[in-house]
Amino acid sequence: MTRRKLITTGLAGASALAVAARIADRYGLIPPDHGGIYGIGETLTYGAQRLLTAHHSLAREFNRSQISKVIPVNGDPPEHETYQRLLAGGFTEWRLNVGGMVARPLSLSLAQLKALPSRTQITHQACEEGWSFIAEWTGVPVSYVLNLAGVHPGAKYVVFFPFDTSWESIDMPDALHPQTLLAYGLNGKELPTPHGAPVRLRVASQLGYKSVKYLSHITVTDTLKNIGKGLGSYSPEIGYSWYAGI
Amino acid sequence: MADSTHGHPAIVRFTHWINTLSFLALVVSGVAILLAHPRFYWGETGVVGGPSLFDLPLPFILTGQTGWGRYLHFLAAWVFVINGLLYVSSGIFSRAFYSRPQRITYLAVTLVLAPLTVWTGLAMSPALTSVYPSIVTVFGGQQSARTIHFFAADMLVLFLLVHITMVSLAGFTSHMRGMITGNEPAG
Repeated sequence: MTRRKLITTGLAGASALAVAARIADRYGLIPPDHGGIYGIGETLTYGAQRLLTAHHSLAREFNRSQISKVIPVNGDPPEHETYQRLLAGGFTEWRLNVGGMVARPLSLSLAQLKALPSRTQITHQACEEGWSFIAEWTGVPVSYVLNLAGVHPGAKYVVFFPFDTSWESIDMPDALHPQTLLAYGLNGKELPTPHGAPVRLRVASQLGYKSVKYLSHITVTDTLKNIGKGLGSYSPEIGYSWYAGI
Repeated sequence: MADSTHGHPAIVRFTHWINTLSFLALVVSGVAILLAHPRFYWGETGVVGGPSLFDLPLPFILTGQTGWGRYLHFLAAWVFVINGLLYVSSGIFSRAFYSRPQRITYLAVTLVLAPLTVWTGLAMSPALTSVYPSIVTVFGGQQSARTIHFFAADMLVLFLLVHITMVSLAGFTSHMRGMITGNEPAG
């Protein structure tokens, strides 16, 4: 191969790769933590799964007899002064603020949230550590709240901020999934404090750490570059994948 | 190029060493993930405080190793799968210098055990099982798939140890040279 041919082939290859990356990004196949050597694996996994799971099937649902007797808890409730005050007041002062790329920003009380159409589902949840359990969750589909707020057409992600540092984001396909809930009930009772009271996110198609507890506010956005370190959520900042559908 | 008609073809040598690297990465990262929860269950669920199938005699304290462990495990898995498909499609089994027991073992490893580790791995994906539930229900649940994943991986490690032992008995240096340069050792 001549040097000229080698350079031409190299340039053509690089251009093809750049075009492929732009197309993949446009169709939402590139995760925010795509950088570095591990980013190659993350991009392959996220891109492949988004193509394979394009048609929104529901996660498996179970019957009541399969509900786990023990549900372990990772982490403690936020020590944040505001959270402790809201907890002491039985969350009557708590509001879920929904903003960002929406037509009508919302500020919902717990009572208002509970008055919205709800969904109850018995689903499996696995922790990245290896353990898993089945539980019944009750809550409002995130898609319902997003429709109330009126999401702008260009929005790509929904970011969930809790009262502690463990903020997360999910893409629109997962946010609009019918089983993605703002959960306020667990096994027929109020969501217990260690499980994320008053309201937590439940993403049935991803590992447990994506299901943010102790929700404070929600932001709809078209880019995650300006939030935190720009990796999409708190997880990649401490060494865990942004996408946890594995 | 005359040597390649007797020794290992370039494609076999290339895929062999890529496979070696990806498998070692999978084992190391797999152990890192396992150390967070060295306990196995059967069925759909399993937690500390509930019944287990068996516990490995290891502490539960090394939870901090799963971050890089998972990143490396899934990157190496992609290399393992793509490289494995290349290896199988290169027609390795048609080669005459393998004995019958060798050929059966290699077939079992490449067509049963290795695909089983990949399948049981995918069966632990909450996103994929929501679209294709049968990939996990066929094993009886997500924890069953995790347990089978562990045993299938153990069998592959066992195969690797036997493989290295046999190569050593047959002449380690000449066989290593054969797999690197393509010059087939005598016999």
